[in-house]
Amino acid sequence: MKITLSKDKIESEGIALIERISGEDLKQCYQCGNCSGGCPVSLEMEITPSQMIRQLQLGNIEGVEEANTMWLCLGCQQCYSRCPKSVSAAKILEALRQLHLRKGEDHAEIAEMDMPLLKRGPQQAMVSAFRKFVS
Amino acid sequence: MPRIGVFVCQCGNNIESTVDTQKVADELKEMPGVAYTCSYKFMCSSPGQEMFKNAIKDNDLDGVIVSACSPHMHEKTFRKASEAAGLNPYKCEVANIREQCSWVHHDETKKVGTVKSLDLTRMMLERLKRNKPLKATSIPVTKKALVIGGGISGIQAALDIADGGVEVVLVEREPSIGGNMARLSETFPTMDCSQCILTPKMVEADLHENIKILTYAEVEKVDGYIGNFTITINKKAKYVDESTCTGCGECWEKCPFKADSEFELGLNKRKVIYTPFPQSVPNIPVIDAPKCPKIQKDKCGLCAKVCGPGSIDFTQKDEIVTEHVGAIIVATGFELMPNEHFGEYGYGKIKDVVSGLQFERLASSSGPTGGKIERPSDGKTPESIVFIQCAGSRDEAKGVSYCSKICCMYTAKHTMLYKHKVHEGKSYVFYMDIRAGGKRYEEFVRKAIEDDGAMYLRGRVSRVYEKNGKIMVQGVDTLSNGQQVEIEADMVVLATALISRKGADSFAQKLGIGYDKDKFYSEYHPKLKPVETVTAGIYLSGTCVGPMDIPESVSMGSAAASKALGLFSSDKMAREPITADVNKTTCNACWDCVTACPYTAIAKTEVKDREGNIVQMLAEVNVGLCQGCGVCVAACRSKSIDLAGYTDEQVYAAINAF
Amino acid sequence: MKIPYYPGCTLNTVAKPFDESAKASAITLGFELEELSEWNCCGAGFPLTNDNIMGLAAPTKVLANARAAGETVTTLCSVCYNVLKRTNKALNDDKERKATINEFMELEYDGSLNIVHYLEILRDTVGFDKVKEAVKRPLTGIKVGAYYGCMLLRPGGEVGIDNAEAPTIIEDLLSALGCEPVDFPDKIECCGAHLAMGKTDVVERLSGKIMTSAIESGAEVIVTSCPLCQYNLDKSQEKIKSSDAGFKTVPVVYFTQLLGLALGQSEDETSLKDNQWDIRPLLAERGV
Ligand SMILES: Cc1cc2nc3c(=O)[nH]c(=O)nc-3n(C[C@H](O)[C@H](O)[C@H](O)COP(=O)(O)OP(=O)(O)OC[C@H]3O[C@@H](n4cnc5c(N)ncnc54)[C@H](O)[C@@H]3O)c2cc1C
Ligand code: SF4
Ligand code: SF4
Ligand code: SF4
Ligand code: SF4
Repeated sequence: MKITLSKDKIESEGIALIERISGEDLKQCYQCGNCSGGCPVSLEMEITPSQMIRQLQLGNIEGVEEANTMWLCLGCQQCYSRCPKSVSAAKILEALRQLHLRKGEDHAEIAEMDMPLLKRGPQQAMVSAFRKFVS
Repeated sequence: MPRIGVFVCQCGNNIESTVDTQKVADELKEMPGVAYTCSYKFMCSSPGQEMFKNAIKDNDLDGVIVSACSPHMHEKTFRKASEAAGLNPYKCEVANIREQCSWVHHDETKKVGTVKSLDLTRMMLERLKRNKPLKATSIPVTKKALVIGGGISGIQAALDIADGGVEVVLVEREPSIGGNMARLSETFPTMDCSQCILTPKMVEADLHENIKILTYAEVEKVDGYIGNFTITINKKAKYVDESTCTGCGECWEKCPFKADSEFELGLNKRKVIYTPFPQSVPNIPVIDAPKCPKIQKDKCGLCAKVCGPGSIDFTQKDEIVTEHVGAIIVATGFELMPNEHFGEYGYGKIKDVVSGLQFERLASSSGPTGGKIERPSDGKTPESIVFIQCAGSRDEAKGVSYCSKICCMYTAKHTMLYKHKVHEGKSYVFYMDIRAGGKRYEEFVRKAIEDDGAMYLRGRVSRVYEKNGKIMVQGVDTLSNGQQVEIEADMVVLATALISRKGADSFAQKLGIGYDKDKFYSEYHPKLKPVETVTAGIYLSGTCVGPMDIPESVSMGSAAASKALGLFSSDKMAREPITADVNKTTCNACWDCVTACPYTAIAKTEVKDREGNIVQMLAEVNVGLCQGCGVCVAACRSKSIDLAGYTDEQVYAAINAF
Repeated sequence: MKIPYYPGCTLNTVAKPFDESAKASAITLGFELEELSEWNCCGAGFPLTNDNIMGLAAPTKVLANARAAGETVTTLCSVCYNVLKRTNKALNDDKERKATINEFMELEYDGSLNIVHYLEILRDTVGFDKVKEAVKRPLTGIKVGAYYGCMLLRPGGEVGIDNAEAPTIIEDLLSALGCEPVDFPDKIECCGAHLAMGKTDVVERLSGKIMTSAIESGAEVIVTSCPLCQYNLDKSQEKIKSSDAGFKTVPVVYFTQLLGLALGQSEDETSLKDNQWDIRPLLAERGV
């Protein structure tokens, strides 16, 4: 797939918004890939964390929006704790989730969740999942 | 009435774009005492200077102001030209209307810039009217150099100075000179054996009639100033008489006690009486006192029994020696970030995770394995080795923001050495960028990949752990979609960051030189004065300045040597006459100036009568030491000190003219 | 000595064994966990957004109530510990943010609370040597893998209970109890966390890898300090077993259950029967 680069895209408002929500400066990432190397779910991700940041550096928000990456991130902080540049991929992924959730686009329906699980499972899992998946 | 000339420079458009220089010249012309003014395109150009000299002569000027760039740039130029025109150089002053005026004001109507230039020039005029002609002084130069650090860079500097006919004292803290280069196996990009090219230089230094090598010694104190330093050196007790020891080796053969070898970086043992490596220079052993049972508990003493010439002396003490030198070259080198800093790579606890320097020892024919690549844990030949570049380098989270510059190259070298020694072996290299900017360097790296089959993976390693006797390396290859990759390796080599030596900062303070945030020593100017420091007479060489390879370290050694030889080329050195002077009639001996002076240039002196009775105490400035900083002037409460060229009278006149 | 204690939502319900065994052990060791009279859920995750500070409101309320009860508060759940500690730091690092949050608080919070994990009390206040002295039933020879997961450790600079890459605090406790701690490479990896709510296949793969790593390193039991880790590891095993016949199941218990047992609580008191993979046959087999 070809990506057409332009200043407008690279410095778009959408990118600025992601930087604002996450508090991260995308430019600081120098694409070493350590985050993808250590992320426990990167094997399951359609786009690994460092590649996701790269797409955003190019201004390609659409390119990452449909990927499962943001919904798989566990918030385990492995990426951040080993990043040589102290960039938090976790925060950037949270920002991507927020772009959906703040528009009211939920990722999960509570009603569709497994009832026995809701009853037996630890509350913290529910609270945490709701905060990540539901607006 | 003085006859002063004012030359206003346009500096092309640099000044002219915001300053009406003609107007400045015209208005100054009307001031009392001004005999000549002009505006000129480039005062510093040859025609500009010619015009300047002619104007002085033709108009019979007795003082000149050049309103132009910062005096840092061209004060010297114009003072020289003034002198050529028969004027005392200290009757020439430069008013800075560029850096402090035209460059900071962007008013295109030129109003602000012109007014300010006028002010600056008028102030200078009033000051200049009170300038006295001064005469440059000169101080004698001690023609002898001190080189601190006997790595390749320090050795090169010492050899060049010595070949130039000047005596050198080379101080090395280890028992042998050679530094880190002595540890290397073969060297990029030519792959010559490190020992083979280094040891001849070590021996040459040892035998050179102009070089005195003090090993196991450290500089304790530096006093004095350029041309006249006094150095206090502590020679640690070796417990061996250097004048009689023949280096036969009987003692270390027979010594029954062992300790970890510093030189082998923990990969091997040495005896308690030892030389760091076989080709040590000088080839004289030292006793590791804290580990020697004879010295600690009066047990053993075997070495003394076997020593033919009776050179062992258990009672030897540290010795303080003093040297007088005219110049100092600092070549104290580097160390590597310790393996223990890498939690994610096993904290230095996984035995087969080694540093690049440790790998050099494993690959070196004089190393602990005789040059066979063997794993430290069990001596097996590794079937695969993972090399991790930028380990700690470019890693702000670990406190190192810079690139260590040499590890891309030596890692490529390591893969070649491995391939040449273990034909079946497979090497993997994790890198972030390849920085191979030197002559034939890029070709060298390509050779590692194309001829020797090193698998280069672009990405960092997240973690290294042990599993079933293998070392698991989990990282990423960002060139294949950011895939996580895992390698089961037998050994891991970390290209650990090259860092400044522990204590580099306190040593710099001892010398009075600057250092940066990473504690590498600061050049006076990174481009134009790369071997000078802010302290005149102290020069820098090699990796104590920052990461560099052998060719660069050697070049810098030669460059520092040429600076020192330049200094030694005449018997005396000219000094600026801008020095402090104490008014004997008003000094009340409070000694505030003595405490204030950062160069210890002020002494307490006694004034005696004819019978020799002390009648008065006075502060007196040593003009050799005085740097003209003016701190004492500010400190003196009775206003008894004035700085030549910057007298209170001159300064107040300038201020009042504003 | 009474120490204000914040249980958090899960310890009050499904993780009751964690809570009870810890409380009982505290008494034996000379201190008392005094539950805060008023508390709410911490939010079960430190907010990762920078622009929305409301995520900090819930944990700040917890901190404010805890501060009213004393200078120190302790928790058991790794997540609560993580959230409270990071919130406290976030508030203290940014005075403006603290002021804004406080505008929403009934009870103002000044940032001066000391948040310690129960493990830290054992290590720093009681001392593992004292714990060792109090052991009545040494769990000699039981090989235990300490599973830390992420929340107890990361980010290292903000949580700081122990070295984030190579922690030993749980192992040190286990040694005091007479167990044989087993180090395993994946002890600081993530179990799959909230993906339990929908992506159980991912959780099974992650938890399975962790357990395999522990078992291959010789662990017979895994201990944790997080109800979610306990849940994920516990619940995944059945599925893993059905797809991988070679998989050996392993009991996953809270560290306080082993602590309680060693200090003399009965197997019932420590609720060992509630764990899906029973540890009791192993204890019986070893005669401890
Ligand atoms: C793993 C590895 C492989 C390398 N391979 C190559 C290669 O193949 N090719 C290449 O060109 N370069 C290579 N290099 C780089 C090379 O090692 C350095 O460029 C070179 O050794 C620098 O020499 P130096 O004299 O500046 O410093 P050093 O070798 O560190 O020497 C400094 C000396 O000063 C002494 N000293 C320190 N402080 C004091 C003090 N206060 N008082 C007295 N003495 C003191 C030290 O004991 C030491 O002897 C490699 C480096 C590493 C780490
Ligand atoms: S670890 Fe940090 S610098 Fe490296 S790719 Fe990930 S976010 Fe970028
Ligand atoms: S926080 Fe998310 S992106 Fe980062 S390592 Fe954990 S799961 Fe991966
Ligand atoms: S035995 Fe004596 S002469 Fe020989 S190396 Fe040792 S000290 Fe020197
Ligand atoms: S030289 Fe190469 S390996 Fe070394 S820090 Fe620089 S980029 Fe990294």
